[in-house]
Amino acid sequence: MTSTADPHVHEHAHEHAHGDEAAHAHVHQHPHAPEELHAEPEAHARVEPEVAARWVDIEHVHFAYPDGFEALRGVSLRLARAEKVALVGPNGAGKSTLMLALNGIHLPSHGTVSIGGSIVDRRTVRRIRAEVGLVFQDPDDQLFSPTVFEDVAFGPLHMGVPEAEIHGRVERALAAVGMTGFERRLPHRMSLGQRKRVALATVLSMDPSVLVFDEPSAGLDPRGRRELIGLLRRLPQTLLISTHDMRLVAEVFPRMVVMDSGLVVGDGPTDVILSDAPFLEAHGLEAP
Amino acid sequence: MLAALPLVFSRPGEPLATIDLGPLALTVSGQGLREFATIALKSWISVQAALLLSFTTPFADLVEGLRRLRLPRIMVAIIGFMYRYLAVLTDEATRLNRARASRSAVVAGRGGRSAAWRARVVGGMVGSLFIRSYERSERVYAAMQSRGFEGEFRTLGGRELTGPEWAALLAAVAALALFVVAGQLWLPRP
Repeated sequence: MTSTADPHVHEHAHEHAHGDEAAHAHVHQHPHAPEELHAEPEAHARVEPEVAARWVDIEHVHFAYPDGFEALRGVSLRLARAEKVALVGPNGAGKSTLMLALNGIHLPSHGTVSIGGSIVDRRTVRRIRAEVGLVFQDPDDQLFSPTVFEDVAFGPLHMGVPEAEIHGRVERALAAVGMTGFERRLPHRMSLGQRKRVALATVLSMDPSVLVFDEPSAGLDPRGRRELIGLLRRLPQTLLISTHDMRLVAEVFPRMVVMDSGLVVGDGPTDVILSDAPFLEAHGLEAP
Repeated sequence: MLAALPLVFSRPGEPLATIDLGPLALTVSGQGLREFATIALKSWISVQAALLLSFTTPFADLVEGLRRLRLPRIMVAIIGFMYRYLAVLTDEATRLNRARASRSAVVAGRGGRSAAWRARVVGGMVGSLFIRSYERSERVYAAMQSRGFEGEFRTLGGRELTGPEWAALLAAVAALALFVVAGQLWLPRP
C-alpha cells in the first residue's frame, strides 16, 4: 500500500513501458489532467450545505423486475458530494439494480431517489441522466458507436450540448482518462483496459457530478488495475463503485456499503467493516 | 446469378440450341444469353466496386458517407451497430465453438455421437448466442438511455469537403459520365 500512495509514480513508469500509441496517449495526462478534472465540478459550484451533505439520497427504495423478483427491498443510502463509496455484496444482492435506479433507468416502486436535491421521476429523468454518469461493467455494452469519438460525443450530443462545445468536451474527457489520440480508433481493436477507460470518458464528457461504476476492475491485468486506481483517486466527482475487488476497496475507498438480498446490511468505515471477519463471511465476502 | 439463369431459356428470340430433358425441352435463345451475360457482368462489377470501396475506406467514413447521402438516420445507426457488434458476436461464437470442441473428445474404441445429436448441440449454441445477443441489446439500450438517448439519433454536422476531395469527386463523376456517353455512341446496338 505504501508504494501506491502516489499514483503518478506508476503512471510515469508506464509511459516508458507502453508501446507508441499508449505513450502518445499519456502525453497530455501530466501534469494537466488533474487541473482539467478539477475544472469540471466548478460548473456546479455553490451548493447549499444541506443539499451537498445528501447529494445522493436513496430513501426506502423498493424495486421489482417484471418477472416479480424483488431486487431492492427497502434500500436507504446517503452520499455526500465528492464522497467516494464502495458498494460490495454477493452476486444478486441488488447492486446493479440499485445503480440503474440512480439515473432513472429503473424507477422505484416505493421510496425515492434524489440527486442534488431533485427527485428522480419521469419529468426529471433527463436532467438526472446528465448529473449521474453510469459506467457499465462490460465496455462492449457501453461503447456502441463505430468510433471512439462518436461514442464520447454521444452523451453531450443527446443532452443537447451545442455542437461547437462538443469537440472540446470529447478532447477533455479523453485527456482525463489518458486516451488522447484514440478518437478515430475502433473499440473492438483496443485492449480491455483501454476500452474501460474510454467507457469512463463517454460519461465524463457529460460532465456529471456523480459517477457510478459497475465492476471497474473486473478482468483488468495488474497494470490496467493500477492505472484505474490512479484514475479513481484523481476523479473529483461523487463516486459509487460496485465491486468484488476488496483490495481496490481497501486502497481507494474510506467508506463501504454492504448489500445482501436487496438490503443494505452494512455501512461504515472500510477498515472497520473489513476487520469484521464473521460479518463478511455471513454475507459471502472476504477480507483482502 | 441464380435468378438470371432462367433468362437464358425464357426470353423469346431465335432459338440457338435445345436441351432435351425428357418430357420438357429447354430452348436457348440469343436474346436470353445476352441478357444473362449483362446481368452477370453487372452484378460482378457491383460486387467488385463494393469490395474495392470497403477495403480502401475506413468503416467510420463509409457510415459518414451514408449519412451525407441522406440515408435515414435510423438506417445509418443500424449499420453502425451491425458493424460494431459483428466483431463482438463473432468473438462470442468463437468462444462457444471452442468450449464445445474442448468437450467433444471421442473415447478410444467408441464412435462419436450421431449427426442428429450434434445438430441438437449446434441448435443449442445458436439459441444461446441469440439469447446472449438479446440480453446484450437490453444492456446497450440502457447504456444509451443513460447518456440521454430518447429514441432519436442525433449526429454532429461533420466537416466540409476539402478542395482535393471535391476535385476527386468531380473527376469520378466525369469519368463515369464519359463511360456512359461512350457506351451509347460507339458500342454496337443489338
